[in-house]
Amino acid sequence: MTHLTAFNISIDFPLYHSDNRSLKKSVIGAAAGRFGVDQRQRPVVQALRDISFTLRSGDRLGLIGSNGSGKTTLLRALSGIYQPANGSLSMEGRLTSLLDPSQGMNMDLTGRENIKLRGLFLGMNSADIARLESDVEDFAEIGKFIDLPVRNYSSGMVVRLAFAMATAVHPEILLMDEWILAGDAAFMEKAKRRVEAMVRHADILILASHSSGIVVEWCNRLIWLEHGKIKADGKPLDVLSQYLPAEQFKELVAAPHTPLSVG
Amino acid sequence: MSDLTGTDRAIRAMQRQPHFTTSADRGWGQRFRLAAEDMREGFMLWRLSWALGMSDIRLRYRGSTLGPFWLTLSTAVMIGSMGFLYADLFHTDIHKYLPYLAVSIILWTFLGSLVADGCTSFTAAEGLIKGTRMPFTVHALRSVFRDVIVFGHNIVVIAVVFVLLGVHVSLYSLLAIPGLLLWLIDGFAVAFLCGAICARFRDVPQIIASVMQIAFFVTPVIWNADILSTHPGASLIIRFNPFYYLLEIVRAPLLGDVLTYGMVGKALVVSAGLILLSALAFARTRGRLAYWM
Repeated sequence: MTHLTAFNISIDFPLYHSDNRSLKKSVIGAAAGRFGVDQRQRPVVQALRDISFTLRSGDRLGLIGSNGSGKTTLLRALSGIYQPANGSLSMEGRLTSLLDPSQGMNMDLTGRENIKLRGLFLGMNSADIARLESDVEDFAEIGKFIDLPVRNYSSGMVVRLAFAMATAVHPEILLMDEWILAGDAAFMEKAKRRVEAMVRHADILILASHSSGIVVEWCNRLIWLEHGKIKADGKPLDVLSQYLPAEQFKELVAAPHTPLSVG
Repeated sequence: MSDLTGTDRAIRAMQRQPHFTTSADRGWGQRFRLAAEDMREGFMLWRLSWALGMSDIRLRYRGSTLGPFWLTLSTAVMIGSMGFLYADLFHTDIHKYLPYLAVSIILWTFLGSLVADGCTSFTAAEGLIKGTRMPFTVHALRSVFRDVIVFGHNIVVIAVVFVLLGVHVSLYSLLAIPGLLLWLIDGFAVAFLCGAICARFRDVPQIIASVMQIAFFVTPVIWNADILSTHPGASLIIRFNPFYYLLEIVRAPLLGDVLTYGMVGKALVVSAGLILLSALAFARTRGRLAYWM
């Protein structure tokens, strides 16, 4: 059974390349700041503090919060990239994370070569890689660009390729950062259908986004992060009613939304 | 998504361990367990490391006509020009000196690249490390494979020199193979040890580069260790030089020189120390590496 449990996760970023003493001053100065020291008195930025939640099959969690509230760091921690300073994480299910469109891609290699590397990363044999290649090619619809180095792509094309690669292998847990919104309307519609199909297979989606419209449509649970802590956790509209200014929330409720059809 | 089911089934079958847990550092037991796990997963992905190493080389020479054979050519030019100059300076017979120089320089270049690339094994893979959870072993293997590919291109020069000068080669030369295998293990250890240290302390690559420069001159690479027999004091620089023992276990068989048990033993001791240090360094830093990128 696919599940993901985060228990009291805290992440500290060490500050090796800055002056200790002036930092200590700023720690005293800024009460609301997130500078601190770890057990060995080294200066750190407290990126996340005591994050706990459990997700089960079918949960689609949205992460909202201002810039620097810890959304991307949380996605990285859930991906297993950062070992937490405190707490633990456990999950069952194959996870794919789309943190940054060019992540894991070599910009000097062609789209096709990048797909091949991804296939090898997933431990595929050559027949599976060929299948992956044609699937990604069909979905991304970037035409002849697939044989050009990725650095020649427009940012939208990079997004298409990255999304196609990440979802072609049907992850059971998909983590996405907000850059997916860089796709054009037609691609967004296609991406949404693909995620719908994923979620229909009773999988987990975690999406960090600034767009209230997107999280209302895609998610059935929302966590509001502020200064690395959970400020609110609940149904999307309940959380958004606290998060958004009153008139923006009214507009959001009034606007037509087409939720993911996962029934 | 029906077109995906084939791939999907294959992936499900392949990823035998979809379960993943991580937690805050819990001491050496957990560190070694996670490091061992990383290596197990990394070695299973050796084809990825190889493809990444190959693509590094291909990108370096993309658009060039000779491609990676520029490596062969530039090595050949260097050895050719140095060989005649130094043979004259050292009053040595070119027929004896050129094979010695070719083997020495090419082996040293390989050794030096294992160290230099080892220093950047993790920092060069920053994008991958911050983008996905991938065993760090993949990056260490990638830097070793890349150097092996370059070395493979340079071996051609040794073969050409041996043929042109009619150097006698016997089956004894095959003893170089276990030596080279030991180098691969050492190179892998260096990629962990130096890779981790250099990720944390960004000045270390420069320091190591200087040390390697000095090592090149104090190790018998362009000069022969025999000339030290008349300088008893100076022989200390090879007696306490780990590079000398490592170089000799591969070079002596290739040149048909005697390889003593003492020499092999010392090379093994040096390697054992290196492997131990690197295991400690990797276990200690594995969980921190992503933070240092």
